[in-house]
Amino acid sequence: MKFKSYHAESFFDEMFESDGIPRDYANLLVQKIESFPDGELLRRQEAAERALFHMGITFNVYGDHEGREKVLPFDIIPRIVEASEWEWIERGLKQRVYALNLFVDDIYHDQKIIKDRVMPEGVVRSAKSFRKPCVGLNPPHGIWCHITGTDLVRDTDGQIYVLEDNLRCPSGVSYVLENRQVMKRIFPQAFDSCSVLPVEDYPSRLLDTIQYLAPADAAPTVAVMTPGIYNSAYFEHSFLAQQMGVELVEGRDLVVADGYVMMRTTEGFKRLDIIYRRIDDDFLDPLVFHSDSLLGVPGLMEVYKAGRVALANAPGTGIADDKVIYAYVPEIIKYYLNEDILIPNVPTYVCWDEKKLKYVLECLDRLVVKAANESGGYGMLIGPHATTDEREEFARRIQDNPRNYIAQPTLSLSRVPVIAGDCLEGRHVDLRPYVLYGEEIYVLPGGLTRVALKKGSLVVNSSQGGGSKDTWVLSA
Amino acid sequence: MLSRVADSIYWVSRHVERADNVARFIDANFNMILDLPIGSFDQWEPLVNTTGDRELFFERYDAATKDNVIQFLTFDAEYQNSIKSCMGLARENARSIREFISSEMWEQINKFYLMMNSRDSMDRAVEEPHALFTDIMIAGYLFAGITDATMSHGDGWHFCRLGRMLERADKTSRILDVKYFIVLPSVSHVGSLFDNIQWSALLRSTSAFEMYRKRHGRISPDRIVDFMVLDREFPRSIHHCIIEAEESLRAISGTPTGMFQNPAEQRLGQLRAELDYTNAHEIIAGGLHEFPNSLQIKLNLISDAIFEIFFALQPFKK
Repeated sequence: MKFKSYHAESFFDEMFESDGIPRDYANLLVQKIESFPDGELLRRQEAAERALFHMGITFNVYGDHEGREKVLPFDIIPRIVEASEWEWIERGLKQRVYALNLFVDDIYHDQKIIKDRVMPEGVVRSAKSFRKPCVGLNPPHGIWCHITGTDLVRDTDGQIYVLEDNLRCPSGVSYVLENRQVMKRIFPQAFDSCSVLPVEDYPSRLLDTIQYLAPADAAPTVAVMTPGIYNSAYFEHSFLAQQMGVELVEGRDLVVADGYVMMRTTEGFKRLDIIYRRIDDDFLDPLVFHSDSLLGVPGLMEVYKAGRVALANAPGTGIADDKVIYAYVPEIIKYYLNEDILIPNVPTYVCWDEKKLKYVLECLDRLVVKAANESGGYGMLIGPHATTDEREEFARRIQDNPRNYIAQPTLSLSRVPVIAGDCLEGRHVDLRPYVLYGEEIYVLPGGLTRVALKKGSLVVNSSQGGGSKDTWVLSA
Repeated sequence: MLSRVADSIYWVSRHVERADNVARFIDANFNMILDLPIGSFDQWEPLVNTTGDRELFFERYDAATKDNVIQFLTFDAEYQNSIKSCMGLARENARSIREFISSEMWEQINKFYLMMNSRDSMDRAVEEPHALFTDIMIAGYLFAGITDATMSHGDGWHFCRLGRMLERADKTSRILDVKYFIVLPSVSHVGSLFDNIQWSALLRSTSAFEMYRKRHGRISPDRIVDFMVLDREFPRSIHHCIIEAEESLRAISGTPTGMFQNPAEQRLGQLRAELDYTNAHEIIAGGLHEFPNSLQIKLNLISDAIFEIFFALQPFKK
């Protein structure tokens, strides 16, 4: 399989400057792939798929067939990020996460940013993800969001933007680790061509980050909390618990007793100190949030408020990934840090603003519309690819509830070659790096490159036919 | 460890052992039939009887033909003790404790499960049944071996072994029971060559034939009963299984031998003492069908007690 017939077309290609001319940093890898005998690349691609299948690395698709497991499609041609660009991304993400944490803390305390008229009060008050029970909470070290996954995209002109912040329970990092594992197993020669920064120590970094929530001299009991095996990210929950060597618990394993959160064990009840919860705020504690939830632990929030259990991420962080609030992140960074935003936002039209609403409704065929409080590619309209009926339907929804929608210009996401049948073709990608905030802020070198495997598609979500690639951050 | 996790690992191990044993039953029956005179000996019904699920079988199939019985015991997704169902349950349980077991254990369960769900296996059941059922048994051995070699021998491992040993004791008793159900061509065949062939087949189905020969030499029913029920060293003998199960139970609870702290230890200890101090003649005198029956009831009570003590959700007590 050769790159001879590969066309970058009019898109920004992460691997090629133009047809037949690889980018400097990808040159050796391209040569390596070219040097393979016919069929070799495809054979390895199949071996990788088989390995993932046998490893049982799966996710569940909702609304498909209850708890239906699928292997996340994986393409063995890596996506490369060069050192200097990564250095800039890393700084930009640290800045963003630091500022967003200050913002969350402010919102649940004095709301200075509103008093100083930088952000309209209505935006916060109307945010679905604002959690009243979190007002006045003081998480350890003032850190709310310990684990963040920020979605980055690159437009045709090469500019990288932040597309979305995920400050609740971002998922996907297990694929980053497993993809690398499979690559090393199946395609070791590829690593000769580049010096790639390792991702393997993520679980121990994560454990450090979480343990930082407990007093330094304590030997805390830590657990990952999952909604259970039918959750779409269940594999990841169990993977992270396993890699950190901590318990994986479900709500039914836990009970609040004696002022603490206890696990039911074969030797009776055992105290739990720190929970890395992979369950939404709404389901954490039926006494405080959704009262009909069976997934959570009644009384958990009471124990949390008393400081007798720590939660990562803290409840309430969802306020900062509301898509309307997202539009204010440049102002948030300016306000709290007095700095200009490093990695820009995608220009965003907040439908809540009447003038912008009018523009959005007029230009629906050119815009991407997103519901403010959804993720996973649900509740989204890609104007240029939608039918007239779909656009009209969305126009109605936007007018009914303008606060719940934002619109952005349709970006031509950058592309990376994938193996498509017996040739190589470009597909659109994004990148989700993972940021840990403990004693200091750490950005995992790499992240999840999601790729829209359907030809021409811009939707990279795994629930919507997306796949993934190993992401190689080159060392400086 | 978490009660839920203990429960799951116990059942992962029981289901894998169950799948392995069902494969043994079928394979041994194939072998036996090949050794018997052509004609009236195509006996698949006894196999259904040993599972204890005779009624279920006849609700779903009209006759105990070879194909029906193999389909029922191997691939029937609606029969919860078929090999395929066992592996479905084993995998479901293993999936809920992936972080607890080793990756190697998980991968083996996953491969075993995928094998039982492949079109290829269904074809092989017809074309080369012996090779298929041998592969299934090997998949079971592999899981047990991987478990021993990759998992710390702490509580989790002991729950795993406890489940495996209780299941195996139950299944060995059922294999013994097959002999009761198999009809000989006529009374004159008792003690004949055919009778011996059947006894040998029983030994083979527990992979016991060679070890038995070393220990006892000649095939004789009372020695076979002695070997399969009371041998302390043969890994599929009931006595051996109960000894190991008790060791694991005591390792979990820390209770020394000679006493008990809960009904599971009490019942398991009683069963072990009974096996310690009986012999083959007593068992045969009591009835070769009655012994497995009462043993199975005792094993069920032990399993119930284990559930109550370790797995069931208890209210919080200070």
